[in-house]
Formats: sequence, C-alpha cells, structure tokens
Amino acid sequence: MSISLLLEMASSTDPDRTAVVSGDLRLTTGELSALADGGAGVVAASGAQHVAYVGAGGALLPLLLFASARAGVPVTPLNYRLSHEGLRALISRLPDPLVVVDDEYRDAVGDGFRVIGSAEFLAAARTAEPATEFPDPDSVGVVLFTSGTTSAPKAVELTHNNLTSYITGTVEFASAEPGDAALICVPPYHIAGVSAALSNLYAGRKMVYLTQFDAREWVRLVESEGVTSATVVPTMLDRIVSVLDTQNTALPTLRTLAYGGSKVALPLVRKALDLLPAVGFVNAYGLTETSSTIAVLTPDDHRVALGSDDDAVAKRLGSVGQPVPSIEVQIRAEDGTVLGAGETGELFVRGEQVSGRYTGIGSVLDEQGWFPTKDVATLDEDGYLYIGGRSDDTIIRGGENIAPAEIEDVLVEHPDVRDCAVVGPEDPEWGQIIVAVVVPAAGAEPQPEELRDFVRAQLRGSRTPDRVVFRDELPTNATGKVLRRELVSELNAKEPA
Amino acid sequence: MIKNGTRLQSQVCDTQVIVVRASEGLDDLRAGGAPLIPVGETAAEGLSLDPALSDGNLMGKRYVDEGGAEILVTKAGAGTLSIGSTPLAIKEAKPLPASD
Repeated sequence: MSISLLLEMASSTDPDRTAVVSGDLRLTTGELSALADGGAGVVAASGAQHVAYVGAGGALLPLLLFASARAGVPVTPLNYRLSHEGLRALISRLPDPLVVVDDEYRDAVGDGFRVIGSAEFLAAARTAEPATEFPDPDSVGVVLFTSGTTSAPKAVELTHNNLTSYITGTVEFASAEPGDAALICVPPYHIAGVSAALSNLYAGRKMVYLTQFDAREWVRLVESEGVTSATVVPTMLDRIVSVLDTQNTALPTLRTLAYGGSKVALPLVRKALDLLPAVGFVNAYGLTETSSTIAVLTPDDHRVALGSDDDAVAKRLGSVGQPVPSIEVQIRAEDGTVLGAGETGELFVRGEQVSGRYTGIGSVLDEQGWFPTKDVATLDEDGYLYIGGRSDDTIIRGGENIAPAEIEDVLVEHPDVRDCAVVGPEDPEWGQIIVAVVVPAAGAEPQPEELRDFVRAQLRGSRTPDRVVFRDELPTNATGKVLRRELVSELNAKEPA
Repeated sequence: MIKNGTRLQSQVCDTQVIVVRASEGLDDLRAGGAPLIPVGETAAEGLSLDPALSDGNLMGKRYVDEGGAEILVTKAGAGTLSIGSTPLAIKEAKPLPASD
C-alpha cells in the first residue's frame, strides 16, 4: 500500500486531532492532509521527477513525505550539515529534482537546481490546485543516503510497500491514548525521522518537533506539551541525562523513551534508568535498508535485566532485544553456514519492510530474499540479539578477527573512562594493531597501562589494546555514529608515541 | 488472483479494505455477504446487507484467514468480512512499545 493511505486513514478517522506541533505551527490531521494534497499539486505542476529536501525538518518532513507520495514521486531528505560540495553532489544524483530548502541552506544548494524555499512551498501548498495520485505500492517512495561513515554514501530505495509493511507490522492503528504526544528530534534525513512521521501519525500521537536538538529545550518541551514518548540517539541521551542530573525533573508524563541510531554505552543506560525510574526504556535497532526498527528491547526486558542475578538475563541490558514479528533473522558464518545460538557471525534479515536496494547498484538481497546487514551479531538461547558493530570495523591483527565493540564494552565500564572507540590503524608487523581512543571521565587521568590491564583481566590477551590514546571527545556524526575512519586516518598519519 | 495493495469496497456498507497479503481465497472476499469490488466501481443493484453477516468490522484492524490472506480495514462498515460465508478473524498483535 502507499504511505498516502496512512494519512488518509488518520485524517478520515479523526480530522480534528492535532497531528503536528512544530514551532508556532500546529496542524490537525485534516489540515495536514489538505496541505499534502496542495503540496502534491505544487510538485506535480513543477514537473519534477523527485523531491529533495534540505532543511531541519519539523512539519515540512511529514508534509513532503505525503505531498510527494500524492504527486507520485519519491522524496529524499538530505543532510543539511554536509558541505556545499557534498550536498550538491548528492542532489546531482537525483533525477530531475525539485529542491525544497530552508532559507539557511539556500547558498549551500546553489543555483544549479530547481529550488523552492520551504516557507514558499508551504504557502503555495495552501492555495495550489490539489493533486492526488495513487502511486504503485511497489514504486519507490523515499530515497535516503546512507551516512557514509565507512564508504561513499549509497542511495537506499524504500518502496511504499517497504514503509507501510513496517508501519502496519509494528504499529496498531489509532492505538495511542487520547492526548499522547511523541517528541521527535531525530534528523529528517535519518530513517528514524521518516519512520517517526509515519508511525506516530498512524498510532494517533501528536508529533511535537524539536528541529535543533538542545537538551534543556527537549526537557522543556516534554513538560509543556505533555510528551508521552520520545526517541533519541546516544549523544542526545547523554546530554539529556546531564541536564536531568542537575535539574531534578522526573518528566512525569513520559512513558517511553526509545534510544538507538548507534550503540549506547551501558553505564549511560544504567544512569538513565536510575534517573527516570518510571519511564519505560526501549532500545530500537534497525537500518536505513530495513525501513527502521527490526529489533526491540522492551521496557520489561530492561527492568528484568537490571534486576536479575542470572548473568545470562542481566547481560540482555546490552542486547537490542528480539526481532519484531514481521522480521526473520539469521546469523551466518563467512562461508554462509547458518549459525546457532551463542555463535557470532554476520546478521542477515528478511521481511517485507526490508529493501536492500540501492540506486545504481540494484538489490543486494540473496535468492531467498535475505539482506546482509554487515553487522556482526549473536543470538542467545532465548532469541535476544546482540550487535557487535559493523563487520567493516573488524580489526584483523596478525590474522585474528577482533570486533572493536567487545573491547569497547569492557573499557567503557572503567570508572575513569567517559567514552571510547577501538580502531585498527595499519601496522607493518601485524597488519593492523588495536588502538583504544579514550575520552577520560571529568577530572580523571587514567594511565594507558592501567586501562590495558583492565581489559586484559577480562578478555583474552589478544584483545588487549596495543596502544591507548586520549582525546577530549570522539568525532561523531549527527546521529551519534563514531567517525572511525577519521580516527584511523589521524592515527595512520602519526608515528606511534 | 487479486494483487497485494488492491483497494476494495463493499457494495452494501461503508467498508473499504486494502489487500496486505493476497491468497486464492480472497477472490471470494465479502462484506455483509456481498462480494467486494474495486474502489471507485459502482455497486450492483438489489444487494443488501445479510443480517447474519452484520457484526461489522473495525477501522485499522488487520483481518486474516487460515489460508494466509491478510487485509487491512481502511474504512469501517457494518458488514462482517468473510471469505464465502466464513468470517475472517482479527489479527491479534502483541503491542510493541513506541520505538520511533
């Protein structure tokens, strides 16, 4: 089915319900639907084959998702933080696009494309002759560029069916309580931004947008808008926890707080659970190519793991939970053998929400429809999934494969370590060596030898970092992914100390 | 066979559905006892809601049969959804916490 139908269902069921709060703009489901029809008219009149959006998001994101669908063309929200050059290179890869752009990024987009300002688009959508196409459900609805932390950005094609299968498979229509509100602060060009606009509308939650993340503003909005659920990436959770630590606010309306986007260190999860005892925490794991979430560690899972004396159960706090009902998972060895519980290999997933198709590359699904995630993973006896980082990040030291996550999970538990990343720069003797890049805790001055001993005491000797270097912070992208390539090139450029 | 994504409407009530997972059985999909027709087509004359199949259906719920068919109600109506005279069942889903 088309994503337009999600909006049609929401607006026909309850047209007067507040759907979007974005700065001063408030839209009901009926108003959003009327604007999407008008926006479709604007897109159709432009003759464009694709819509691109360069901006901070807010109401523009759901509006452009549905307007593009109703005009029968795909939409691509782009990372507005990219360099002018990087941004233009990505827009150039889209076929004959209409670029909708926030004022701040007009210069970044330049004059080489058909451009309309975001405010101008919104105004035009209010008066345009509406258009309502019904796109083919197997046609592409959204194209997202991968973040490109490990390779050049790839254009992931998500069909209407991929997106709506995810929504109808994981969300019950109008299941939210009256008054439920979701606070959305993930960027519009991230799959979580796209899925948030679809799933919260479908569930019947008011969507409150915070377009430029600030932890104090986030806390203020939770209180002023009566926010009941929110999703954050690790860096945001870290800042929110710091604010809560000093403000003594219990956020009484908040029922669930989901985190994901990249790995969250366990000490931070424990601290957040401790500060917000009444909030249900949700760890959501997914990829752009899978139309968002494919596994969920539920609030109950968190509580049970936190209170358990059984090591196998307590360990689950560090898992991404169990696959959602519409997703099948397999762990495979390098030779393709399907592995059993407790064995580590590459995660493969299958389901209707999985695209696995890239512009210019085609589908990377195998003959049975399985998608290789390139994530290193393990399933436990009860079907809980553990993610051990990207297979591209695997360090091969003297012929031995080492997952950086294994060492990071140990190091981050050291009281003097605030954050860390383990990377493998080139080495003439070993091929790669293990370097732990550590951000010390405030006021702490850990010694490299002490940290190496700490790891050696818990893991095999071959997992001990060859070197430990210190940094004030780790380079990350907007969704909290550590830019490992940057760390490796820094280290490759420097002689060992 | 009917295709996934096909939108159908009732001839005897307000019901509209979309086919989520097609199966052979859906060729005899009915609401209120009368066959569903593609959205936009005109209902046949002389049809009426079968009182025995008038328990209605629920907006936004997924209905399934034993053959693996699945449809989603996009507009609720007074007719019972059935394949032949066998009513479809609501697909019970374990609620997942909000994750995005």
